[in-house]
Amino acid sequence: MKRIYAIEAWCLGCKRCEIACKTQHSATRDTVKALTQEQPSPTSRVQVEGDRFLSLAVNCRHCAQPKCVKGCISGAMQKDPASGLVTSDPAKCVGCRTCVSMCPFGCVQVVSVEGRDIALKCDLCTEDGCIPGEPACVAACPNGALVYWESEE
Amino acid sequence: MLDYLIPRYKVLRDADLCTRCGVCERTCSNDVHRVDEQAGRVTADHMKCVNCQRCVTMCPTHALAIGKWPQVGNGSSNWTLECLQDIAKQAQTGGVLLASMGNPQPHPIYWDHLLLNASQVTNPSIDPLREPMETRVFLGARPEALKVNERDHTVMTKLPPQIKLDVPVMFSAMSFGSISLNAQTALAMAAQELGTFFNTGEGGFHHSLKPYADNAIVQVASGRFGVSPEYLNTAAAIEIKIGQGAKPGIGGHLPGEKIDAEVSRTRMIPQGTDAISPAPHHDIYSIEDLRQLIFSLKEATRYTKPVAVKIAAVHNVAAIASGSARAGADIIVVDGFRGGTGAAPKRIRDNVGIPIELALASVDERLREEGIRSTVSLVAAGSIRSSADIVRAIALGADAVYVASAALIALGCHQCQDCSSGKCNWGIATQRPELVKRLNPEVGAQRVVNLIRAWNHEIQEMMGGMGINAIESLRGNRLMLRGIGLTDRELTILGVKHAGE
Repeated sequence: MKRIYAIEAWCLGCKRCEIACKTQHSATRDTVKALTQEQPSPTSRVQVEGDRFLSLAVNCRHCAQPKCVKGCISGAMQKDPASGLVTSDPAKCVGCRTCVSMCPFGCVQVVSVEGRDIALKCDLCTEDGCIPGEPACVAACPNGALVYWESEE
Repeated sequence: MLDYLIPRYKVLRDADLCTRCGVCERTCSNDVHRVDEQAGRVTADHMKCVNCQRCVTMCPTHALAIGKWPQVGNGSSNWTLECLQDIAKQAQTGGVLLASMGNPQPHPIYWDHLLLNASQVTNPSIDPLREPMETRVFLGARPEALKVNERDHTVMTKLPPQIKLDVPVMFSAMSFGSISLNAQTALAMAAQELGTFFNTGEGGFHHSLKPYADNAIVQVASGRFGVSPEYLNTAAAIEIKIGQGAKPGIGGHLPGEKIDAEVSRTRMIPQGTDAISPAPHHDIYSIEDLRQLIFSLKEATRYTKPVAVKIAAVHNVAAIASGSARAGADIIVVDGFRGGTGAAPKRIRDNVGIPIELALASVDERLREEGIRSTVSLVAAGSIRSSADIVRAIALGADAVYVASAALIALGCHQCQDCSSGKCNWGIATQRPELVKRLNPEVGAQRVVNLIRAWNHEIQEMMGGMGINAIESLRGNRLMLRGIGLTDRELTILGVKHAGE
């Protein structure tokens, strides 16, 4: 499957990926509205760690044997056998945070949506409205620090 | 002491579009922007803005633009605001004014006064999409006559060393030190992919660029930094730099803070010391001395590589070019006064030298008059802005052109003229690791390759329109040019007729 890879050497810590992710996962898909007006304000599923000297955009690896799926007690976290995509179904999620504690990369967050805690993670922009073949964070990166490459398995 | 300087630019932020995301703050190495969470807005220190437009480009909502500082002058065309500010700066610091990039003065740009020809009815135009169109150029000395064995179809004359360019464009000398290694690597990668050459400048040849050695021209300048037998033999050609268009008559000065471990190793000088290139080569005080250096370099490389001599376009450029050709140069590079630089005294940059168009025309004319034009190659440099400029340069007599500013602009440079601060936000003219990494050489090389490929297509289109199918047939073909809005004297020097003639 195609995965997003973060190249630490080229990451500038500008966080344009985070903003693109927020816009992509907002109700309006309008950066200005998404960042200044929408409530709840959208959450970025990619997190830039580090400072302007050393940084990395940490993102879900869509693992071959995902621990988050293994640990999920409600069946919300699933790996699609055909595409390899790991997603969390908000309808099934009970917000137990097992996935958060199991993920070796720290790529699952639990946020409060309409008074209910649910797990949020990268979906490779597979919701409709995405740019086919290029997730929003990859498209927004100015320096090739996020790449979307075919990988083994 | 109160600083009388006022800001040059004003950061214009559209409050309706600003999301306070902080990209501008994180991307500005001059610390102009600051997200003030308490006040719920982003503030700007206008004084620090150099108009590099990094934030303008990076802002996810295009909320930013850089405007002129609204302060007006007093209406005098003599004591302009810029003039007052220069005096204020020197009254404050007591120093020489430093500037970067090429001459920005509003002198005539002759390229814009030269119109191109196209065929109609007779000698029909050629469609480059359907018919072959040759843009290959060979640079180097040429024998006076060519002996051919017609029965065997072989050339009997021993040909001097030449380099082959698939496109009539090379990347001019920019040293590692003046630009970042990533910028140089991007140009090296682009040169290899395009089948042309990049120039190391006077900064040595970094070991990581070995894979691109076949596409490298190494420079020998007055400071002789990084020069060794390996250095000379590793590249495809050697260039002796006598002068630079942006600052003719003066040397170079790379401040010690830019000489980090890598620059120090590549230049073969101690870390942290200023790298000072003297104004003249201290072993060249005559054409005969130049000849000695040319032949020393040829000896050192066993006559396998062409040697170029780069001179700045100055008043008697034609005589100097002629002397250089007679001294044994295989390629003569003429650099006009709009050519860029990482740092030059402002008064030199703005007042010394002449335009490349006039220099090129007079050099070509002089070499032809003396019957030696065909024995050397001529390269024009100093602000080639588009493919049309290349076509004009070749029609005026150049074999090929050097571009540097345009290549840097492809890499992100916005000509803010603040190279000498070492804080280039685009990762080009800086050695700070956190800024250097902003320029991913792979991304940069792709952009430069795209630019030159696009230009080459355009050159083919323009040549096709003229009914010319090889760039060799365009060289010195001044009938393909017509002047517009030029005086008789200018037309005479350029060797072109006026439009309508």
